[in-house]
Amino acid sequence: MGKRVLVIEDEPNIIEAISFILSRDGWTVDTHSNGHDAVEVVRRKAPDLVILDVMLPGKSGYDILTELRHDPVTQTLPVLMLTARGQIKDRELAERIGASRFMTKPFSNAEVLEVLRELVPQ
Amino acid sequence: MSQRQLTGSRIRERRIMQGLRQADLARTVGISASYLNLIEHNRRRIGGKLLLALASALGVEPSSLTEGAEAALIATLREARAADPGAAAEPDALEDFAGRFPGWAVLLARRHQRVLELERTVETLTDRLTHDPHLAASMHEMLSTVTAIRSTAGILAETAGLEPEWRDRFHRNINEDAQRLAQSSQALVAYLDGEVEAETKLGSPQEELEAFLVEAEHHFAELEKPGGTPEAVVQAAEVLQSAAGRSLARAYLERYVEDARKMPLEQALKARAELGPDPSALALRFGVSLPLAMRRLAELPARDGEAPVGMVSCDASGTLVLRKALPGFALPRFGAACPLWPLFQALSRPMVPIRQVVQQAGRGGGVFRTYAIAQPATEVSFEEEPLFEAHMLILPVETQVRLQDRPKEVGVSCRICPREACAGRREPSILTDGF
Repeated sequence: MGKRVLVIEDEPNIIEAISFILSRDGWTVDTHSNGHDAVEVVRRKAPDLVILDVMLPGKSGYDILTELRHDPVTQTLPVLMLTARGQIKDRELAERIGASRFMTKPFSNAEVLEVLRELVPQ
Repeated sequence: MSQRQLTGSRIRERRIMQGLRQADLARTVGISASYLNLIEHNRRRIGGKLLLALASALGVEPSSLTEGAEAALIATLREARAADPGAAAEPDALEDFAGRFPGWAVLLARRHQRVLELERTVETLTDRLTHDPHLAASMHEMLSTVTAIRSTAGILAETAGLEPEWRDRFHRNINEDAQRLAQSSQALVAYLDGEVEAETKLGSPQEELEAFLVEAEHHFAELEKPGGTPEAVVQAAEVLQSAAGRSLARAYLERYVEDARKMPLEQALKARAELGPDPSALALRFGVSLPLAMRRLAELPARDGEAPVGMVSCDASGTLVLRKALPGFALPRFGAACPLWPLFQALSRPMVPIRQVVQQAGRGGGVFRTYAIAQPATEVSFEEEPLFEAHMLILPVETQVRLQDRPKEVGVSCRICPREACAGRREPSILTDGF
């Protein structure tokens, strides 16, 4: 059984495409589409890696990441942040609160796969 | 009368109108004719006793010689000087300059005002790009759709031997997203076009609303009778150019109709005649809230000989959300108002009614009785802490009324306020060097 990734993203067609390419690449994919209870879902599913969108309904990706980094269990969990805004200050903010990697939409499938393999060696 | 006249020119004009000779007027006030000649040609500054003597000899109010359109010109030039201290324009030469080269002075003042307008437009546009929630939402929507399309297209192009079910599914997704992208990009273009158009006319929707209210003098006769609808009034108003402006006006007028229903025009006029413009007495008579009674007082048509009523309201951030100006009590054009206003005191003491007599510092500031109160902006519930709004009614005090206490001195906005050593000062005044 492959490594497990949790995709937290609210755009259904992005979820579908990412899930497809990741599962073809050997990942076991879980998805979640709102910010409210995202932190609990991460704790419950305990994935090897999280793909986290910044703009989520209910709670922002930054807030979710901050909470994850304050919890000893998820402190070192690899998190790839996705954002539709590629401004330097967004990147800086993501790095400061502890994102493992940061990727700007629209990304290519190959980029995502490559980053994921770097973050979690299979 | 020319806009450019200064004190000296006014003295000269008055003298000639009265058929007085320069030498005679000079003798009456005890100066030489040549000195008066210099004064009349704005070559000597004049003030104090000599001004009073000249005014009395000419039988006019001293202020009619010194105040008027040129005061605004001088103030603007002073502002221009403050905006560019590096140019080291000589402060003492300012009035002399305006007097001797009136055309150039007006040109400089106008250029300065144009620069301010442009600076403000640039600020608004920069602000819009970073903070406009509509724009941010549109961009997010477009980028999300593009991301989905790119990713899905990648799968279709690069996955060898993709099963027909998956292929159909991704084709359908890509088609949906393409339609969404077309719609959201059209909406974005329409929004940006609309913005540019609105930008060239009136600045913000709030400014449109204000121009609309000023035009109507805050009174809408057609909404005082049954049958008049806010929509009809909004549609008929040419000054409402943007959708946002119309929507603000609609919300304002809907509240107006509601207020008018609770305090109908005829009864309100009768009550005002009986009780005077006292918001709490009126609120009690009609069983309405204080802010409502205050708004109605400000909305009632002014009858001949009756003093106009001003009103301001602000939200919890101190931003003025309703402004009805009146002569002698200036409201800042944009930016923050004077923190000494009873309006803001009320905001820090919610529900406590504050009655205070105030006078605006500087020239021409009349004396006003103000009534201020801060109340929750919405219904109070246990679910959410209330947000407060403050309201202040401004009534002129007739000059013959004897006041018990000295009125409290307040300003308009720091930049144009002459009050020295003020605890509320946020930024230096551009006026102090001239006074």
